[in-house]
Amino acid sequence: MVTPVLVSGDGTLVYNGGPVSATVPAVRDEAIDTTGDARGSFSLAGVSVAYGKDLVIEGVDMHIPPQAVTALIGPSGCGKSTLLRCLNRMNDELGNVHIGGTITLDGQSIMGKAMDPVELRMRVGQVFQRPNPFPMSIYDNVAYGPRTQGVRRRGELDGLVEESLKGAALWEEVKKSLKKHAFELSGGQQQRLCIARALATKPEVILMDEPASALDPISTQQIEDTIAELKSSVTIVIVTHNMQQAARISDRTAFMLRESLEEPAHLVEIGDTKKMFTNPDDERTESYITGRFG
Amino acid sequence: MSRLGRTRQARTAEAVARVLTGTVALSVVAVALFIFVYIVYNGIGALDWTFISEVPRDRGREGGILPVIVGTLYVTLTTAALTLPIGVLAGVYLAEYAPRNFTTRAIRLAITNMAGVPSIVYGLFGLAAFVLLAGFGRSIIAAALTLTCMTLPVVITATEEALRQIPQDLRQASLALGATRLRTIYKVVLPAAAPGIITGSILGLARAAGETAPILFTGAVFQMRRLPDGLSSQFMSLPYHIYAQVTSVPGWNRTLVWGTAFVLVAGVSIVSVIAAWWRSVQRRKVKW
Amino acid sequence: MTTPSTPSSGRRLGRTTTRRAAEAVVRAIIYLCGWMAIIILGAIAVFLMWNSLRAVQEAGLVTMLTGTAWYPTSSPGKFGMLPLILGSLFVTGVALAVCVPVGVAAAVFISEFSGRLVKEVMKSIIEFMAAVPSVVYGLIGVAVLIPFVRQFFGLDTGMTALTGGIVLGIMSIPTVISISEDALHAVPAELRQGSAALGNTRWQTTFKVTIPAASSGIFAAVMLGLGRAIGETMAVLMLTGNAAVMPTSIFESVRTMTGTIAAEMGEVVQGGLHYSVLFAVGLVLFTITFAINLAADLVLERQRKRWRR
Repeated sequence: MVTPVLVSGDGTLVYNGGPVSATVPAVRDEAIDTTGDARGSFSLAGVSVAYGKDLVIEGVDMHIPPQAVTALIGPSGCGKSTLLRCLNRMNDELGNVHIGGTITLDGQSIMGKAMDPVELRMRVGQVFQRPNPFPMSIYDNVAYGPRTQGVRRRGELDGLVEESLKGAALWEEVKKSLKKHAFELSGGQQQRLCIARALATKPEVILMDEPASALDPISTQQIEDTIAELKSSVTIVIVTHNMQQAARISDRTAFMLRESLEEPAHLVEIGDTKKMFTNPDDERTESYITGRFG
Repeated sequence: MSRLGRTRQARTAEAVARVLTGTVALSVVAVALFIFVYIVYNGIGALDWTFISEVPRDRGREGGILPVIVGTLYVTLTTAALTLPIGVLAGVYLAEYAPRNFTTRAIRLAITNMAGVPSIVYGLFGLAAFVLLAGFGRSIIAAALTLTCMTLPVVITATEEALRQIPQDLRQASLALGATRLRTIYKVVLPAAAPGIITGSILGLARAAGETAPILFTGAVFQMRRLPDGLSSQFMSLPYHIYAQVTSVPGWNRTLVWGTAFVLVAGVSIVSVIAAWWRSVQRRKVKW
Repeated sequence: MTTPSTPSSGRRLGRTTTRRAAEAVVRAIIYLCGWMAIIILGAIAVFLMWNSLRAVQEAGLVTMLTGTAWYPTSSPGKFGMLPLILGSLFVTGVALAVCVPVGVAAAVFISEFSGRLVKEVMKSIIEFMAAVPSVVYGLIGVAVLIPFVRQFFGLDTGMTALTGGIVLGIMSIPTVISISEDALHAVPAELRQGSAALGNTRWQTTFKVTIPAASSGIFAAVMLGLGRAIGETMAVLMLTGNAAVMPTSIFESVRTMTGTIAAEMGEVVQGGLHYSVLFAVGLVLFTITFAINLAADLVLERQRKRWRR
């Protein structure tokens, strides 16, 4: 169905006559704190997303703490990936997507003209569902981001490449064959190469959209280990379908739900992963999680 | 009629259809083979060092075809230098920027229609626009610009098709690393699409090299004692040379003219075959 | 552009105003090139019309299109295009009679009755035929077909509409085959299987289901073959004898529109009436081929939509 949506002059979504955030009860996120010097924390307030005139996400309030893993879970079609793409403005590339509410990265708005999406993406990297290395050498893949930022010196690039490949736990496997074509790597190696490629720009946040869904169990394990290593230095937001995975690797979990096709998706609950998986506040969360386990 | 009879009739019809269409297909093969053998048989005898290293003498009845070969190369390479950048950028526009609207549909329609405009009409256009209005005179540059107009649709189509085969994933990955749209195209998409673009363009340019009508009034000449010395020079050309010999030299030298045809067909075919082979090798190397 | 202070911002290259300007310029160039096809096609139309203006004013459009006498160099010149238009039609008619049955039958064979190897070989052969320059076809016609036609039909000259038409037909075969083959290939497999499941043989399926389903594509193939034949210059110039008189049979010399432009443009005064009339001939040619291609394109587009579902 088509929900009438308007984008008002200041960029907020207006719907059924009033601002969107006013029409739904906001989920309070207790973890919001804007103090601290850690980088890479997102705050979302009343975030709504519409594809054309179709409202797909409504009124998300959420804090994503720095240097931790936040998992977005929920049934397919609940807008997890769409919400993820709001954080690095990749929705801009789809065209015809309107985003309302406010999203701030370290206190600074990333919405509209307040932020150049190109600069935002240098700070917020992304790893995709399927490994998507560029058709070039391993080295050139990792060096792509730094080169985009204007790094030209060979020594500096070499250092960044090595550091990033180590960060993605791929260095030992490829250090002798950096000139090899990336397509010669296995699927799991390719995905770790993509993580290394994202790390090379020294991002504050890495967004991961079901990064292990196309991989075998052993490669999945390696990716999860890598994520555990990384979170001491970078904020990670991961979308996953896999409940066990969310339970294993994340510090906080957000549960999103689109209750019917006629209404937009919204955030049901967000909290510490342990609490979410043992004693969630909302019974919908519980039934989703247990249903998946059962 | 009984069911059995009908089945038998159907079988007969099937056999007749097979034989009939097969014979027609075979006759097409026979014609192609005849063309190929005839050109080789008549032309190969002319090939020797004199033929490719000397200028024509006695209105082309004697001597070689060096300025003819050089002129063809000169015009074709100039055409390539003009067509490739414009055609590739136009292909980039269609594959990466063009909105889905009426204007884009009109551009596509214009491209398919350009491919159907008769070559002699391009010749008229080149005469009016480049030779006279732009003041280039009958020259390599005027002829190359004319051939460029003719070859553009091929290069544009080849580029767009090659770009569309590059998975969206790659563009997303580049954009997510903070690359601009332009950098993404330049550094990731175009290099990945290069084999398709280059091969398609070479096939189009090979055809341009064999065209006569567009260069008739834009710069090709019957006789030149020296080699072309710049873009404003006139030129001799393989296809025009064949035409001019046959139609305006009484007692034209069969061997030399067929030799010229052989050089033209061999050049066009060899370049096309190499280009197609190279593309298939590249495709096998990279599977999306 | 203000960048908030982040620890690594020293290394990061800010997107300066110059860079943004450069990007905007490149984007503008890309857009310009994107529009180039429309620009060129429009320019061709404008140049043809502009240069035909004098002919239309002095000789008159209707007079030119219906005149039966083409004596451009007599004084005053007579610019009746009908002999040229009919010449083109005669040659094209012969060409179609050659290329349509042969092309469609060969396409049916390739698409319905042959294995992969035969298909690949046929495709290479067709590509070779398409790659041979038209002047070489003309040369072969001069060497082989002209003497043959003269002897076989006992004519005074072998340079006839028939000769030009046959060679033109052979040249158009690759176009007809490849587009018909595409059209047959695009017919969904379910349709064929459905027919086969009803107990139809391969040929019955082809004849009753596949060919009707692909008919619009085959029609487009014929149209494009026709466009190619009407617009072809060099082979007809070398083979049809170029007599600019009202043709009465295909065994006579004829002169086509393309041949007239090619043969006469070299000897006219630039900007003169004859020059302008030749542009008018070009304009007629352009209009005809444009209409044919537009029709073929619309048909193909409709077919594409139908199978896309």
